[in-house]
Amino acid sequence: MNLLDQKFTPQTWPEHPETATHEGKNKFIGFWLFLAGETVLFASLFATYLALKDSVPNSEHALAADIYSLELVFIMTAILLTSSLTSVYAIYHMRNYNFKQMQLWFFITVLLGASFLALEIYEFNHYVHHYNFTFSSSAFSSAYYTLVGTHGAHVCFGLGWILALIFRNQKRGLNLYNAPKYYVASLYWHFIDVVWVFIFTVVYLMGILG
Amino acid sequence: MNNHELKAQYEYRKRKSAEGMKNQFISFILMIFLTLVAFLAVGYDGFPKTFVIPIILLLACVQVIFQLYYFMHASEKGHGMVMLFMYSAIFVAFITVLCFMTIIWW
Amino acid sequence: MSSIAVKKGFASTVWEYLTTVDHKKIAHLYLGAGGFFFLLGGIEAMFIRIQLMKPQNNFVNEQLFNEIMTMHGTTMIFLAAMPLLFAFMNAVVPLQIGARDVAFPFLNALGFWLFFWGGIFLNLSWFLGGAPDAGWTSYASLSLRSEGHGIDFYTLGIQISGFGTLMSGINFLATIITMRAPGMSFMRMPLFTWTTFIASSLILMAFPPLTISIFFLMFDRLFGSAFFDVTMGGNTIIWEHFFWIFGHPEVYILILPAFGIFSEIIPTFSRKRLFGYSSMVFATILIGFLGFMVWAHHMFTTGLGNVANAIFAVATMAIAVPTGIKIFNWLFTMWGGSIKISVPMLYALGFIPSFVMGGVTGVMQAAAPLDYQLHDTYFIVAHFHYVIIGGVVFAILAATHFYWPKMFGKMLSEKLGYVTFAFFFVGFHMTFFVQHFLGLMGMPRRVATFLPNQGFDLYNFISSMGAFFMAIGVIVLLVNVVVTSLKKERVGNDPWQDGRTMEWALSSPPVYYNFKQIPLVRGQDTWWIEKMEGKDELTPSEPLQDIHMPNNSIIPFFIALGLFIAAFGAMYNPLNSVGDGHPMGTVVLILGLALMFGSMLVRSIRDDLGYYIPKEDIENDAKGGKVS
Repeated sequence: MNLLDQKFTPQTWPEHPETATHEGKNKFIGFWLFLAGETVLFASLFATYLALKDSVPNSEHALAADIYSLELVFIMTAILLTSSLTSVYAIYHMRNYNFKQMQLWFFITVLLGASFLALEIYEFNHYVHHYNFTFSSSAFSSAYYTLVGTHGAHVCFGLGWILALIFRNQKRGLNLYNAPKYYVASLYWHFIDVVWVFIFTVVYLMGILG
Repeated sequence: MNNHELKAQYEYRKRKSAEGMKNQFISFILMIFLTLVAFLAVGYDGFPKTFVIPIILLLACVQVIFQLYYFMHASEKGHGMVMLFMYSAIFVAFITVLCFMTIIWW
Repeated sequence: MSSIAVKKGFASTVWEYLTTVDHKKIAHLYLGAGGFFFLLGGIEAMFIRIQLMKPQNNFVNEQLFNEIMTMHGTTMIFLAAMPLLFAFMNAVVPLQIGARDVAFPFLNALGFWLFFWGGIFLNLSWFLGGAPDAGWTSYASLSLRSEGHGIDFYTLGIQISGFGTLMSGINFLATIITMRAPGMSFMRMPLFTWTTFIASSLILMAFPPLTISIFFLMFDRLFGSAFFDVTMGGNTIIWEHFFWIFGHPEVYILILPAFGIFSEIIPTFSRKRLFGYSSMVFATILIGFLGFMVWAHHMFTTGLGNVANAIFAVATMAIAVPTGIKIFNWLFTMWGGSIKISVPMLYALGFIPSFVMGGVTGVMQAAAPLDYQLHDTYFIVAHFHYVIIGGVVFAILAATHFYWPKMFGKMLSEKLGYVTFAFFFVGFHMTFFVQHFLGLMGMPRRVATFLPNQGFDLYNFISSMGAFFMAIGVIVLLVNVVVTSLKKERVGNDPWQDGRTMEWALSSPPVYYNFKQIPLVRGQDTWWIEKMEGKDELTPSEPLQDIHMPNNSIIPFFIALGLFIAAFGAMYNPLNSVGDGHPMGTVVLILGLALMFGSMLVRSIRDDLGYYIPKEDIENDAKGGKVS
């Protein structure tokens, strides 16, 4: 009866453990709906960014083309894309009932995510100190930091979430109670990557083009 | 189900998900490639802006489709309703961005 | 555990409500809290009308008037109308689709507590230096310059309660998608469930833009950003667009469930199935869809240009088509039916002409050139009160009478109900009908007073008198509630005798697990079909078995409380533009967020597997231990 006490072998483990229980199915549907809401939320931030891009009080303020650098953003993109792949690996192992491998790949995802976050902090710090480009220096800077910062906050929350899952379940292995939790966490992580694809295109690449 | 059947099914499933994993890996390689193309198109000075911007936006959209359908498993069964909501959200998102690029001024 | 009504102590009842995850109890909470804010908003409305009763009145000064007017709008929309509709959604939707609870009972409770603390936070502004004073729209150019913390109470309070609304929206969507009983296909769903579904998807798509724009305003005022500050390159039009990208769907979020309520009441008391069910569903979806493409009709005079104005004007007029379909369907439902007049039916009958009037003035404003004339006059005030009171409030009052027996097991007095209706209906038309003319004669909205002998005196006086009538109606309703709760007499399963949907097959109020066995749905108007075949209960779809139920939890209360505390910290942080910041503000902000995230962490680390009700207990209940 109890979801925690149900024991499985790789053979009896369901093909889609994330939706095998009623609770799992609810979680799955509900989380996708949440992502739909997040889509509109980020679209609003993008829209604002586009409306306020390079909108500064006077010519002394830095513009998009002045501050962004291709190399750093490419490295960040590669890291985040790779972390998306590693979390796919984790889900692959979850579906094959391979708990250790799943934990390992999720942990690698966390490491990659943390290095992405470190680079982002470095980037913000760089802008503030080299270009005097702070949250309150212009409408453009406010829009930039809010958009990219909201994404960064999502990364940060995702790291905490996945770490909490890894530590909480380390001792007791995979079951139908925590499988949906891992699954939606990975959905969240992919969504962060989707947002980043638009950030590097719309903010950085189009910003460098001027 | 007897043991034999279970085993056969398990083997089949394992093969299928290995197959799926291969597709995901290929889409990852493609995504990295598309990203590279986008960055190179911007980094190279020879192309006009009006040419590069549509291209990189298109590449972004292709990447997102890869993410949704391969990484987030949206092509699997049982995603009909959620994808309906995702596409509605994308529609609202599109309208919002369109508005902010056309009828905001000052 | 059995559901026999045991007399419980006061403290344990309070604890039960603080920790409950049962959708029926959360419905009580929403009804209570929403009703409280409705009364607050009503008192504010009375102050407005008293002030405007005669020219150059000085019942309140201009500043206070602005605050009252702002709080009236904000409270009525965010803290009264929506929560009251959520009350009925919570009470009825799971029963209508044959579910034992919503998809996320924990989230349901969290949604309520966020709304509650957000509402309290907003209203604390009265005691902490003044309420928001920039109108419920809080346009950025004005609200940025507002003195004191009023606007900060607005941004933070609405933000918190908005999170709650978003959660409830997702919850209802997931519930309706995954929790329908066997046989309950989408095209068999009762109309109230359908409208809840569409309204919830509007919440999902419309609240994020509000969240974002409120963050912008909050950052601008409290953390030194420059989104709306024109001297820093900012742009105030951004606020207007976001507000109405949210705001227009918001009015459909309110009116669609109201339509749903009337689509339940009219067939019930016409004793005839709803005319044109599938066109009703289609019209609901179409209204929801079009609702996202018309927001700029609130901004015709902003100067968007002729092309944009024309597009939005045409799209707005198009909404009249699905709405018209609905009106005709209700009329055809009644036509040829054997109509029984009851309090809910009276509201439905009053709703149709009142709402049509509001709709017609809406189409008038959709014509952009005319809107230049009507914009910011009392004509607009008359229009939206006709649709919101004539539509939403009538629906809420109708549902209060209609679902009261299902929610509380007792019938509200019909006699007092008629009295309420008479006062409210007459008062409503008296108050707002004349405001059309005030608007056409040029009286601007949101003014604290007016000069004598400009032709405004008489109409304003009539309008204020009407407001007193409405107040009397509401007071009679309160008396009715008190009298009814003192009554001993309890009602059976189907107190209106003509119930059509599944909630009327259950005891009033239903047992906490709702359904002994999940029913098998054999068609639209499920309960009516069973009744017509002479059955006195629903056809079960499963054998009697142990029932899985979610555990109660106090965590939602603490998550919301954490955010409430954090909001105070944010408001008094050292960077705020009012200049009364304090380093302690940052500390409080961090502590509040720590409480919130800490509670969330506890929630995710502790296993919550729910519990099982053994089969024997359920059989026991069914044998006569039941409440009814």
